[in-house]
Amino acid sequence: MIMDMESGIFKRNVSGSTKRLAAATVGIAGCGGIGSNTAVYLTRAGVGNLILVDHDSIEESNLNRQHFFQNDIGRVKVEALADHLRAINPSIRLKLHDTRLTADNLIEIYGDAQILIEAFDRAEDKHWLLEKWCSARPDRPVIGVSGIAGIGNNASIELRTSGNIHIVGDERSDPQIGLCGARVAIAAAIQANTAIALITGGEV
Amino acid sequence: MITVNNRDRLEWREGMTVQDLLDEMGYDYVLITVTVNEILIPEEDYDSYELESGSNVVVFHLAHGG
Repeated sequence: MIMDMESGIFKRNVSGSTKRLAAATVGIAGCGGIGSNTAVYLTRAGVGNLILVDHDSIEESNLNRQHFFQNDIGRVKVEALADHLRAINPSIRLKLHDTRLTADNLIEIYGDAQILIEAFDRAEDKHWLLEKWCSARPDRPVIGVSGIAGIGNNASIELRTSGNIHIVGDERSDPQIGLCGARVAIAAAIQANTAIALITGGEV
Repeated sequence: MITVNNRDRLEWREGMTVQDLLDEMGYDYVLITVTVNEILIPEEDYDSYELESGSNVVVFHLAHGG
């Protein structure tokens, strides 16, 4: 298995990282602009197990930033995303939940996750997720996102860390001004890169 | 002395709570998450959680979008 991985998809991975990534389990809370892109980056990196949760279906207006295609419109997000991730790595192990996350089901659903990716749309949901996860799983990192709207302003997208909490974004921009896929993807890539570093023991 | 966001300094006083710090620093953002010495403090405890001198406080703004 490892031999195959190192000679195939992950041949160009950083030396020594592939085995740890293959054994890792990452939870993704929300599969929209952030979650779908972060899931793709983690899959390409070789993360072996993902737990995907979202209760939405795909709309045409998602396609300017989310990792979906015209023929996905109307499909359940977690199912369409699972197909795209398996098209990259057929060996990836996925747990799919087409359901709404709450403070009551969060820990049950993400029990096996060593890292949680917060990719919710609403700030109120980010708030309860951080409180619940840090209370129930204080030793496991959570990587959230806050402020990804607009165009440009690359340098305003920062990663700030306190203990096991990592937050990516400008912490202020309002999605009502509009969302650009390139800017959303910067935040998603920082999120994924942070998770990969934590899994492989690299520097965040 | 209290350090806020690894950058700002605030004079410490006996009995100072997380909510006192937020008021004095002018944090009026609707949704925030606060850590004290790298531990998340639940919002319901902001009024009662007393800071110790030398505490390291981090305040995250939570903006919509994901």
